[in-house]
Amino acid sequence: MKRKLLYIFLTFIFCITALTSYSQQQRFPKPEFSSGYEQPDVVTPEPRSGGFEYLDVAVLLVVLSLAAWFALRKRSRQGILWLSVFTLVYFGFYRNGCICSVGSFQNITLSFFDAGYSVSISTLLFFLLPLIFALFFGRVFCAGACPLGAIQDLLIVKPLSLPKWLNKTLGLIPYIYLALAVLFAATGTDFIVCRYDPFVGIFRMDAKFHMIVLGISFLLMGMFVARPYCRFLCPYGVLLSWMSRFSKWHLTITPSLCIKCKLCTTSCPFDAIDFPVNEKEIVQSGPGTKKFIVYAMLIPLWIVAGAFVGERSHLYLSRANQNVYLAELLISDPEIKNDPDNIDVQTFLESGKTMETLVEEAEVMRGQFKTGSMIAGGFIGLVIGLTLINTTVFRKRQDYVPHRGNCLSCGRCMDYCPVEK
Amino acid sequence: MESKSKSKNRREFIQSGVRLSLALALGSVSGLALSRSIKDDYVWQIDPFECTQCGRCATDCVMTPSAVKCVHAYDLCGYCDLCGGYFKPDANELTTAAENQLCPTAAIERKFIEEPYFEYIINEDLCIGCAKCVKGCTSFGNGSLHLQIIHDICLNCNDCSIARVCPSDAIKRVKATEAYNIKGDFTENPES
Ligand code: SF4
Ligand code: SF4
Ligand code: SF4
Ligand code: SF4
Repeated sequence: MKRKLLYIFLTFIFCITALTSYSQQQRFPKPEFSSGYEQPDVVTPEPRSGGFEYLDVAVLLVVLSLAAWFALRKRSRQGILWLSVFTLVYFGFYRNGCICSVGSFQNITLSFFDAGYSVSISTLLFFLLPLIFALFFGRVFCAGACPLGAIQDLLIVKPLSLPKWLNKTLGLIPYIYLALAVLFAATGTDFIVCRYDPFVGIFRMDAKFHMIVLGISFLLMGMFVARPYCRFLCPYGVLLSWMSRFSKWHLTITPSLCIKCKLCTTSCPFDAIDFPVNEKEIVQSGPGTKKFIVYAMLIPLWIVAGAFVGERSHLYLSRANQNVYLAELLISDPEIKNDPDNIDVQTFLESGKTMETLVEEAEVMRGQFKTGSMIAGGFIGLVIGLTLINTTVFRKRQDYVPHRGNCLSCGRCMDYCPVEK
Repeated sequence: MESKSKSKNRREFIQSGVRLSLALALGSVSGLALSRSIKDDYVWQIDPFECTQCGRCATDCVMTPSAVKCVHAYDLCGYCDLCGGYFKPDANELTTAAENQLCPTAAIERKFIEEPYFEYIINEDLCIGCAKCVKGCTSFGNGSLHLQIIHDICLNCNDCSIARVCPSDAIKRVKATEAYNIKGDFTENPES
């Protein structure tokens, strides 16, 4: 018995040594040098991380606090302006725009759905701090701490006022963008907000040609349609505006009481000032309640319609995923296997992975996309329904006040108000 | 007057109610995220045992030239005269003449050590991460040349653009404290 054990043990050891020597087998053994040659070290510069990440978080915290102070307490547009210049230089050009709060929700999403990924605390803080500040002070992040906002804000030349319906309609795009970004992040396919960030190429002074063109055209457009990315694309802005709508405090145009002098009406480049609504108008606009009820009943329909559109488009959306794309390509066009220039196909063929596994993986992915697209579509439908309902609700308002969701707390309007403290 | 203040009160009450629930929602999202968070940061790195030298590292990084460079695991190197990573397969003679070299930017320096051994050093300033030499070394030599993302050049994009197009899924997030996968003296992945 003992001998047998010993035997097994020895075979085991033998196997291990054989295995390790196999794994270290080299075609050309390392030479023994006789000239005293010393082999150089491999240079591996450390990444910028650890303490430095927290430095960025600290800077963000300071900038946010200053922005809140300038917007709500000091009431200084000047201060906010300089703060955006600093943000542009530090978070934009010095830190090259990565990581920024705008894209951070994708990391959070991925960490929920991918067991192999966990989010770093600094990223979590980048996601969280601006939202917390918005919950207390409004969108002060957009005023002074967002590099994307800053670069657009500094280039506003002659902002045009857009009609209300256009503002509202274009304002739906960020919701769609948000839903898609969450879908792509959750399936581990892509971080689209980062990939199609129009300004990060400018911060890095290096990007693909089409991205530079996109960035510059956004900036040119932004001379007349102020901060187009912020108002009509930014998915993080959606989250911020939810918070800001219910914020505890918010920037006010006037330091004390509004005297309805109308001086501030054209001051906001983002059409974010709500005008007074008097009772007469409400009565004139007809029986709002009836419309309200109809629209409210339409909401489930909108959701179903959205989910339907989502279900219809999931095949198309899922093609963004590498596996799905490859599987579809190989099935629809088997000839491609002979194309030596198609790197994806050639690599797949060489990898030894079977077609069955690939198709299986692609099918699982498609299933995830199906559920995800339906949820995303339903969400977009809900948003459309709620936006419609909102058009029927008239709130009595006596003063000129910033719209809490849309106001970016830039502070421009404050300078127009003649009322003294 | 009284009804006005009443409706105002009601609105404020709803406001703070919603605010509280938003705060709770934020709190639970971050709590959930926190339970899955790590103190360490992530950086991107190439697994040299999975890289198939497709060449996209040179073209798809957001930096030009790419943040991916060739590194040399000297422990693995055979110091061959006829280096599969240095010379084109059809090179006329084994000299440092540019037309014999595989590297398009002549970033590899060949130095005589002693008969018959030569040392090969990568000049990172010239290397564009095209993986041509890596392919040569892996196919004909020991595979001591391999690609790595060099972290004082890499911007650590939130979503590495090469990782997305890498056909072998060789680029992964690794912990910032272990930011490199240098081959050391392994010809095969020691972990697999
Ligand atoms: S809306 Fe978005 S891009 Fe614009 S300032 Fe706010 S967070 Fe930044
Ligand atoms: S502070 Fe708000 S309302 Fe005033 S100008 Fe800026 S965005 Fe418009
Ligand atoms: S993209 Fe991937 S397979 Fe191609 S060279 Fe880079 S790491 Fe290697
Ligand atoms: S993270 Fe960005 S900079 Fe670094 S290798 Fe990938 S694409 Fe290049």
